[in-house]
Amino acid sequence: MAQTPEVSEVAPAVRMHGIHKAFDAVRVLTDVDFEVSRGEVHALAGGNGAGKSTLMKILQGVYSKDAGEISVDGRVVDIRSTHDARAAGIGMVFQEFSLVPTLTVAQNIFLGVEPVSGGLIRDREAEARAREVFAQMAVDVDPRAVVGRLGTAYWQLTEIAKALAQDARVLIMDEPTASLARHEADALFELVGRLKERGISVIYISHRMDEVFRIADRITILRDGRRLMTERLVDTTPAEVIEGIVGGAVEGEMSYRRRAGHPGTETGAPPVLELREVTAGPRVQGVSFSVAAGEIVGIAGLMGSGRTELARALFGIDPIRSGEVLVRGRAVRLGDPRRAIAAGIAMIPEDRRAQGLVLDHSVRDNLLLPLLGRFRAGPLVDDRAARAEARKLVQRFRVKVADDSKAVRRLSGGNQQKVVIAKWLGTDPSVLVMDEPTAGVDIGTKTEILETIRDLADAGMGVVVISSEYPELLAVSDRVVVLREGSVHRVLDRDAIPDENSLQLSVQGA
Amino acid sequence: MATTSSPPTAAGQAAPTRGGGRLQQLDWRRYIIYIGFVVVFAAFAITLGDDGFLSTNNLLNIVRQSAIIAIIAVGMTYVIACAQIDLSVGSTAGLASVVTAMAISSYGLVAGIAAGLLVGLVVGCINGALVSMLNIPSFLVTLGMLGIAVGVAQWITDSAPQPILDPTYNLVFGGGNFGPVPGLLVWMAIVVAVGAVGLSKTRFGRQVLATGGNRMAADFTGVNTRRVTFSVLVISSVLAALAGMLYAGRLESGRFQWGSGDELSAIAAVILGGTSLFGGSGAVIGTFVGALLIGLINNGLVLAGLDTSQQQVVRGVMIILAVALARRK
Ligand SMILES: Nc1ncnc2c1ncn2[C@@H]1O[C@H](COP(=O)(O)OP(=O)(O)OP(=O)(O)O)[C@@H](O)[C@H]1O
Ligand SMILES: [Mg+2]
Repeated sequence: MAQTPEVSEVAPAVRMHGIHKAFDAVRVLTDVDFEVSRGEVHALAGGNGAGKSTLMKILQGVYSKDAGEISVDGRVVDIRSTHDARAAGIGMVFQEFSLVPTLTVAQNIFLGVEPVSGGLIRDREAEARAREVFAQMAVDVDPRAVVGRLGTAYWQLTEIAKALAQDARVLIMDEPTASLARHEADALFELVGRLKERGISVIYISHRMDEVFRIADRITILRDGRRLMTERLVDTTPAEVIEGIVGGAVEGEMSYRRRAGHPGTETGAPPVLELREVTAGPRVQGVSFSVAAGEIVGIAGLMGSGRTELARALFGIDPIRSGEVLVRGRAVRLGDPRRAIAAGIAMIPEDRRAQGLVLDHSVRDNLLLPLLGRFRAGPLVDDRAARAEARKLVQRFRVKVADDSKAVRRLSGGNQQKVVIAKWLGTDPSVLVMDEPTAGVDIGTKTEILETIRDLADAGMGVVVISSEYPELLAVSDRVVVLREGSVHRVLDRDAIPDENSLQLSVQGA
Repeated sequence: MATTSSPPTAAGQAAPTRGGGRLQQLDWRRYIIYIGFVVVFAAFAITLGDDGFLSTNNLLNIVRQSAIIAIIAVGMTYVIACAQIDLSVGSTAGLASVVTAMAISSYGLVAGIAAGLLVGLVVGCINGALVSMLNIPSFLVTLGMLGIAVGVAQWITDSAPQPILDPTYNLVFGGGNFGPVPGLLVWMAIVVAVGAVGLSKTRFGRQVLATGGNRMAADFTGVNTRRVTFSVLVISSVLAALAGMLYAGRLESGRFQWGSGDELSAIAAVILGGTSLFGGSGAVIGTFVGALLIGLINNGLVLAGLDTSQQQVVRGVMIILAVALARRK
């Protein structure tokens, strides 16, 4: 396996050499070398917690390195703050967006570097210059729109424009497609192509191999904080890359498997979950379908088709205006998460950081929050039993954490997601609704999570999985409900879906 | 490069880079309040020893002076841990003191005690309902209530002090000793103990912390965040009313001025004690030591012969200093 590709005659756009980093004496990066050529799209891959974001935050000046050297365009630079990074021509599209929602697009782009004359900001000029940047990017965004009112795809475009307006020569994108619909992601890839033609380098972090192989020139894989390999993508295969990331054979399967307990249609028992003409929230219109015990039902649809709103209605967050929801044959009144939980419904929400976790609290406290009622010793919480349960959940879901009193904020994205899932499974729900359960998790963990979903269904739970990733949806679903504009467009048996393309066709419609 | 598959030891589990880092790792910032307390105590003991700082009587005085703030601050700890604030505690104390005094003189002891606690309950329910049902920020609601409570207290008494002639009341509520122990100390000990256990060891306490840490996530986990928010404001007001009743017993009268400004001392005690102003964490014992520290500083400054204006300046500087030291990097 070649360690480095041939050295180009010009100096690399960015060269990080011998980078070390530890947090509180815990090593996160060890002697990492990383190099990006001019006009190159360089993928940075690795499992959850491998150190990708940390490496990029060092380049960004968010964290300081303990040892090592960074040079930009052949010159050694000393990056101590995000300001230094920006001055060196490094821009970042943050995993968590860094825009001010109450300001306009143009105001955000020039935040802190506003064009002024006589002490006053020249908004016109800022808008004109923003328009110019968007024109270069060949995208259509109104610089005067207030950011908070725009969708995530526009936020991202604004972030990119912000970096470009400040003459960034290197753009870091950390999981940029995680919150994009498919056509928006396609538009982003085209934009990356255009940026590349202009000599701008892009460092691209993603857990989605199809994207990496589609747009990147080279890939660097980190494992446990060390560089495992750097390779041109034309010289490698997805299997090789995945093995590098996971560090061995992938556990669990990405392909559909007819499970032993796969429910036949006539079992006599009522379905664990049944929706009858449910109209709820801003989007959901007359939705009916059912989920049998032991069955996994996938929900597919475009962004805005009402997928997340359906989950919210089932969990009692959005009010149900008409129709009925039945759990194990009994009509339940929803309208509040507590009633949903009491009825046996649990939900893994879409945005784990905002909705699923108390980030500053420990892994243990997060896991135990829904279970407090179970561990009582008189008026107090039975701490010993509760801790034992937390330890059991951590082990069962293989959350990578040395000590479950560590704050969840310090876990990598994938491990945070495992905590969210684990916390619900302690409550033994009849119905589990999962909204994008594998967002931001690495391939190894993803297959583990899919395997967990299958196990839960085998144990008799009814599972509803919402996902914008078709391969994953097809890997677990026994049936797929296709939503379009808030209504059920079609319910497909898994056997009736030959491949990904046919599902996509059904979702997008002709 | 390693090609063998390694077991899932996270990078986060790697061995420490340097041995012997124990001492370095000991996070003294977490204990700053205790360190601060010891340092200030030692400084006063050395410099003011001759002025009677170390006499039993003076030390008991410090406890007496801190006790009422500590009781208010325990309630405030719950409020701040829940990411809310209660600015009305001081004037609630004043209102409770006059209502208790008036009820005792008209209807007797039991009615007086009930009336005082009822003041806390009513104020707390109004605060709680406005904040949790109508989603009005607690800063605004309790700022308004600060004015309302003190205004009502002044109005119903015509600004006149209300003497309490019932010796039993005065004995039990702060004026007397239980055996050798000052009554105020006993009240404080009970409130601090119940408050500390309640926040860290009960289901309700955990829900308060979760609501303060991330309200949406708590909601999505089935925590009734409205009820939790409502409850912390009621707890805070009831403890404030109790504080007012203790003022009344100790000073043998109800006055609308009792407790005025205590909200700031209580908030300072909470923050000194290590509770984050942003919610999600809370340390009742820390709050207790914070209140003692404030009482200690007050006492020392008086003994040192500083006048009121100088006391205020020094107190302000010391509080900012302590919070700055305790701040995490
Ligand atoms: N501020 C911090 N304090 C302590 N530990 C941290 C901090 N930030 C990250 N870590 C730890 O460093 C390791 C690397 O985390 P990092 O976020 O770089 O991983 P990643 O490769 O980006 O993972 P993911 O794919 O899940 O985003 C993890 O073990 C994480 O727990
Ligand atoms: Mg990351």
